Amino acid sequence: MAKITFITRDNETIELEGTSGSVMQLAVDNNVAGIDGDCGGVCSCATCHVHVAPEHQAKTGEATEIETDMLELNDYANEQSRLCCQMEISEELDGIVLQVAESD
Amino acid sequence: MKKSKLPDPFAAARQTTGLGKMDDQNDPVTMVLGLKDVRKCAHAWKAFQSGATPGRIVVPSEVAIRTTRQIPFEVDPPEHKDYRNLVEPWFKRPLEEEYSAILSQQINDIVDEVLTKDSVEVVEGFSLRLQSRALTLLLNTPFEEAETWISWGTHVFRSHGNDLDGDKANILYDYIDKRITQAIKNPSNDLYSMLLQAEKDGKKLTREEVKGVMILTFAGGRDTVINAVTNSIAYFAEHPKSLEQLKESPEMVNNAVEELIRYFSPLTHMGRVATQDTQVCEHAIKADSRISLCWASANRDERTFENPNEVILDRKVNPHVAFGFGTHNCLGATHARQIMRTLLTTLPKKVKSIDILEYKENIEELGEFKRKVGYDNLTVQFNKK
Ligand code: HEM
Ligand code: FES
Repeated sequence: MAKITFITRDNETIELEGTSGSVMQLAVDNNVAGIDGDCGGVCSCATCHVHVAPEHQAKTGEATEIETDMLELNDYANEQSRLCCQMEISEELDGIVLQVAESD
Repeated sequence: MKKSKLPDPFAAARQTTGLGKMDDQNDPVTMVLGLKDVRKCAHAWKAFQSGATPGRIVVPSEVAIRTTRQIPFEVDPPEHKDYRNLVEPWFKRPLEEEYSAILSQQINDIVDEVLTKDSVEVVEGFSLRLQSRALTLLLNTPFEEAETWISWGTHVFRSHGNDLDGDKANILYDYIDKRITQAIKNPSNDLYSMLLQAEKDGKKLTREEVKGVMILTFAGGRDTVINAVTNSIAYFAEHPKSLEQLKESPEMVNNAVEELIRYFSPLTHMGRVATQDTQVCEHAIKADSRISLCWASANRDERTFENPNEVILDRKVNPHVAFGFGTHNCLGATHARQIMRTLLTTLPKKVKSIDILEYKENIEELGEFKRKVGYDNLTVQFNKK
């Protein structure tokens, strides 16, 4: 079981718990505003873009090359960016805080 | 196992110059072939615009047969966003439970029907009908309207031996005109009525703007969906085990849909017009000349996709651009994905195998390239479970 907190663009805090599947799916299942997951998690739509709070980056690890390539041209991407469909829920993620990224 | 293959004609050019050349009605097109270059050019809307003369970013160009600007497709930021915001929620309706339940019923019915026949010509007899019926849901118009759209045949803009058929296009434009007039007189809950009520900058959309959205909705969602569905049938005909696999592992459906759409890339490419002298892949592009973003080539880019020419139904990481990239990414993608997900859920439950009886490939001529995009016709027998 991992507790995962989302902060939406309107600064709403949503605390969720999950055991398996992707972080994107957890967000979509719980209607977290701004996480649409259009492509269902294959890393093709970037509608699951989040910023990981720096103190939690050790838990989530770095974005993969496919993710950084996807986000390379995104005006709201930075070193904290992840596409959360590429993050598998596990105990290790317990306690992380994810800010839903802005989009055009 | 060859009939369902879609070869990649772009590989050599993609690996050398990264570009292709084609003429189109004396308005040549430089095709951008690599995934990263396609993304870059799609992102660079100031240098490569969509808001050129209506019809010019389409290849083959529709400048000679259309004056109505398609919206939001032929509009650049920031205005693009205003239009997009107006229509975006409507085009997300396919996610609603009632919508997907009706779609599921529609697809169940048509699969049941083809299973009773000895032979079915898939393009007209299955895909066009499925696509047209599903479009009544997206437009929120009566189911019977589909019969009219089906009667137009598969090529509203294209007929044989004549790439751009003005008369055929007029059938669609006249039809849309009539429906707009009707919606002005008797507003309902359909897309026409929604658009007629919508406001941009505090002003109601004009009739021409409403027409621009409607033409695009009909045109953008027709051949693309028909090819995606037809090609899927050909694929499953040659891969009956995949049907089995999808039945046993329904959680695979989403990955399978994305993979088939990557592999089929039903929209081969889309143009842009350079607003200034510039460069792509170290190649000079003159102001007011055309480039195209070749989604089909980008989706086979070996630098990103392992075994790009294989269909790997459970491909997990699949950053394809079959629905475009960035600003103009496909507005109909939610609807198209819902159709494909429903199809890939329904077929495995009911169909044991599919036999291909006869087929003729639809090959696009793109200058130095010939690309198979689907079938002119595909006759099969569907066999019951
Ligand atoms: C598998 C089916 C489909 C594929 C592969 C596809 C592909 C694409 C692509 C590649 C673009 C980007 C064009 C560009 O960048 O210039 C696009 C845009 C668009 N598509 Fe689709 N499409 C599909 C289905 C549909 C459907 C069903 C509809 C509506 C009924 C639709 C409506 C649109 C619209 C309105 C745009 C323009 C969006 C904008 O400019 O903001 N498409 N599509
Ligand atoms: S859900 Fe599409 S990229 Fe993550």
